[in-house]
Amino acid sequence: MSSITKPSVRHPSARKNHLGLSRADYEGAMSTLCAGCGHDSVTAALVQAFWELDLPPHRAAKMSGIGCSSKTTAYFMKQSHGFNSVHGRMPSVTTGANAANRELSYIGISGDGDSLNIGFGQLAHAIRRNVNMLYVIENNGVYGLTKGQFSAAADVGSKSRKGEVNEQTPIDPVLLALTLGATFVARSFSGDKAQLVPILKAGLMHRGFALIDVISPCVSFNDHEGSAKSYAYVRSHEVETVAADFVPLRREIKVPETHAEMTVVRMHDGSEVRLHSTAPGYNPRSRDTAYRHVQACIKKGEVATGLLFIDDTGRCMHDMHRTVTTPLVELPYEALCPGKVAMERIVSRYR
Amino acid sequence: MSGVNDFAFKIGTVNGTGSASANALLMQAIFRMGIPVTGKNIFPSNIQGLPTWYEIRVSRDGYTGRPPLIDLIVALNPSTLKQDIATVRPGGYVLYDSSWPLDAKLTRPDVTLLDVPLGAMCREAFTRDRDRTLLRNIAYAGALAALLQIDIAVIEGIIAEKFGRKKALLDANHRAVHLGYDYARKHFSCPLPFHCAPMDATGDSILMDGNTACALGAVYAGATVGAWYPITPSTSLMDAFKEFCQEFRVDPETGLNRYCIIQAEDELSAAGMVIGAGWMGARSFTCTSGPGVSLMQEFLGLAYYAEIPGVFINVQRTGPATGMPTRTQQGDLLSMAFASHGDTKHIILFPANPAESFALTVAAFDSSERFQTPVFVAIDLDIGMNDWMIPRLTWDDGYRPDRGKVLDAVALEQMPKFFRYVDADGDGVAARSLPGVNGKGAYFVRGSGHDKFGAYTEDSTAYREVVDRIARKFETAARALPAPIIQRQDGADVGIVCVGSPDAPVREAVDRLREQGIIADVMRIRAFPFAPEVTEFLGRYETVFVVEQNRDAQLRALLTIETGVPRDRMTPVLDYAGQPVTAGTVVAAITAQLAGRSA
Repeated sequence: MSSITKPSVRHPSARKNHLGLSRADYEGAMSTLCAGCGHDSVTAALVQAFWELDLPPHRAAKMSGIGCSSKTTAYFMKQSHGFNSVHGRMPSVTTGANAANRELSYIGISGDGDSLNIGFGQLAHAIRRNVNMLYVIENNGVYGLTKGQFSAAADVGSKSRKGEVNEQTPIDPVLLALTLGATFVARSFSGDKAQLVPILKAGLMHRGFALIDVISPCVSFNDHEGSAKSYAYVRSHEVETVAADFVPLRREIKVPETHAEMTVVRMHDGSEVRLHSTAPGYNPRSRDTAYRHVQACIKKGEVATGLLFIDDTGRCMHDMHRTVTTPLVELPYEALCPGKVAMERIVSRYR
Repeated sequence: MSGVNDFAFKIGTVNGTGSASANALLMQAIFRMGIPVTGKNIFPSNIQGLPTWYEIRVSRDGYTGRPPLIDLIVALNPSTLKQDIATVRPGGYVLYDSSWPLDAKLTRPDVTLLDVPLGAMCREAFTRDRDRTLLRNIAYAGALAALLQIDIAVIEGIIAEKFGRKKALLDANHRAVHLGYDYARKHFSCPLPFHCAPMDATGDSILMDGNTACALGAVYAGATVGAWYPITPSTSLMDAFKEFCQEFRVDPETGLNRYCIIQAEDELSAAGMVIGAGWMGARSFTCTSGPGVSLMQEFLGLAYYAEIPGVFINVQRTGPATGMPTRTQQGDLLSMAFASHGDTKHIILFPANPAESFALTVAAFDSSERFQTPVFVAIDLDIGMNDWMIPRLTWDDGYRPDRGKVLDAVALEQMPKFFRYVDADGDGVAARSLPGVNGKGAYFVRGSGHDKFGAYTEDSTAYREVVDRIARKFETAARALPAPIIQRQDGADVGIVCVGSPDAPVREAVDRLREQGIIADVMRIRAFPFAPEVTEFLGRYETVFVVEQNRDAQLRALLTIETGVPRDRMTPVLDYAGQPVTAGTVVAAITAQLAGRSA
């Protein structure tokens, strides 16, 4: 992926977070995406979210596959380790990395082609394993780097810039994740930073696989009339279902607001996510409600956004594998090798 | 030819009927009598109902290759009776179940029939159908004990160890052994001319298969992440790793695991997990076979170019495509050596038996981290799934893993700036940092073109600088990897080259060739890229034979590419139809070639 180093200009009075880092410290190289690309807005939201979370950059790992979306891991948190792997296979690399070191924060950035076409299987199985990671799909319904082919997220009837009409049924990552048992499922819009930032924060702090489908229009190949992934379409059809507010542990948690439709979810580290449902009777802890609502919106041509479903009781991959709490990479060799005496005992069984 | 402690017998049965434990019992008993023994399981890709065979070779000289001749067959599978009877050497013996009449057309005048009513005896002695089926196998083991003079006390001892606390099973097995044993003693002249006599040649040995040995190597090397997808013949490797981990890697206080074994959705994913964990700094590995290696190609290229360690154990089976999953071959040499698109090359270690499977698996983890690249351990079904007699494995508690050039937090802090791919020492190996350790070590791993600083590039000079340095790294590796084992003789004018499991039959063939006046030296290669000694050996002899188990002489192709020795200087000896190569095949091919030349 190409990138241009950003000049580090810092205003001395720029606000610092609790680590003493300014927002610029969470930025990365200059984006080489097209001007107006939705992905750059997502990048800005990621910078904001991680800065606000006081995430130590060197304790985060940015993971991606191949495609426009996957390039963006170079555009934020330049002080973090990053891994730009192969097309559609970021989930497996992250799974292995997480198995080895469970204490880092894993931030996966993917696209609709990377996740729903070539990487469909890997995404599905990472969800099933409940790998503890944030998984952002920057979804524009189209292949950008190869100039405008439909992805599996393209809606039936969507027109390509060349005028072709998509007839194949789309794969909706939100419905997929709900079906496969994902424990954190959200949808947002790159043009709605106010909604996206708290969701990203909650997703990163969620213990388990947090899927966030972010509609992120492609200004070059999929922002025209007839596209269901254009700025204009999403702006006019977005239905915010559950607004989330993330309250970190260190901030004093005041008496929760009382609101009939508010759900408070306590994260594993003690911080809180407060969810305000706008749809009457919507319960963000109910998988069935979420599934029904999202489908109903699709039928009406609407895009349901917000933190649609959360289950904070799910068992993550390490719970299922009963792995020690110390990251495996930190175990001393002495704790791993059975040694000479054990070898004598072992070989005596093969006599 | 055959005689005391020098013979082979074969058992033909139907898979899924329980003969494996009877065969293991026989082999173990002979082994405990101090006599060198080896077993080859020839089994179908099936769970129940198809023909399966087990060959046991007793060799006072310690030859462990597949037996050249079969002196006795236990023919219990009606569907293969004809071919099984045809397998026996002239003058040999056929033990069959005379509970049913034997079709006279199937017999041969030059073999002796040993009729034992195994089924009828078991029907009479046992009431449950399951016992009648399973214990028929123990009954033939008893008959063989009498015919081959396998110590009945040793057999009873093994049965007692196995069923000690289950009295009913113990009694039933004991009774079944004696059904066969007593019947044979009563009706035949026991022992046969070829039989067992106690020796003292196995005291320092064990019987172990290569998959178990590789698994043990992974445990001792300190591997913590195993990612895999089930595939014959590698599956028992991860099973064994799990069992050893459950025994030795569970935290005694918390009961939690100091390992993580992930059954992936496919081999692509398994490779990705190995690489992700290797990048993080864990010792990680997978085990697979040819079809899995095919699926892992893209990730192997990424790991090569991004320079990430990981161990890939390939238990080769017969290809191409699905091929014959339960048959052996060395058909993946080229697909491992140059796996993935673009200019790539991979380190391969070649154990020749389970003892080396253990040692070279440990070495593979060291090499992989030292050279920051994927390392294959290439065995095959014959090594992986058959029990071999090998020296007792030992362990030196002084061993410490070679983690290669890894910068810790202190080292990173002291550097003005860290760049991932700078060759500071001139050996082609750049120091790496591990994620999460220190902010100064952060860098961006990419499979796309990068310069020595780790930054994206499309610049020709910057690109070349990195790929040329990686080539240098492999030159360093060639000199550091396990050297070939060379066995020389005075007056040798023929050289024989092999890798892996043909080692045993090749060394046996060398002894037999010497009896015919052909003096040959042997070089068994243990690593790719090849050490300088390999080229030197090839240049020494007018005539060089390359013994390998694939159709296209892949090892010879690799030698030609890498050493510059012309292809026609090396004559291939190929055996690729799925069975372990025999010394006889090697001897026949070499003598025919040499005779053709002198004619």
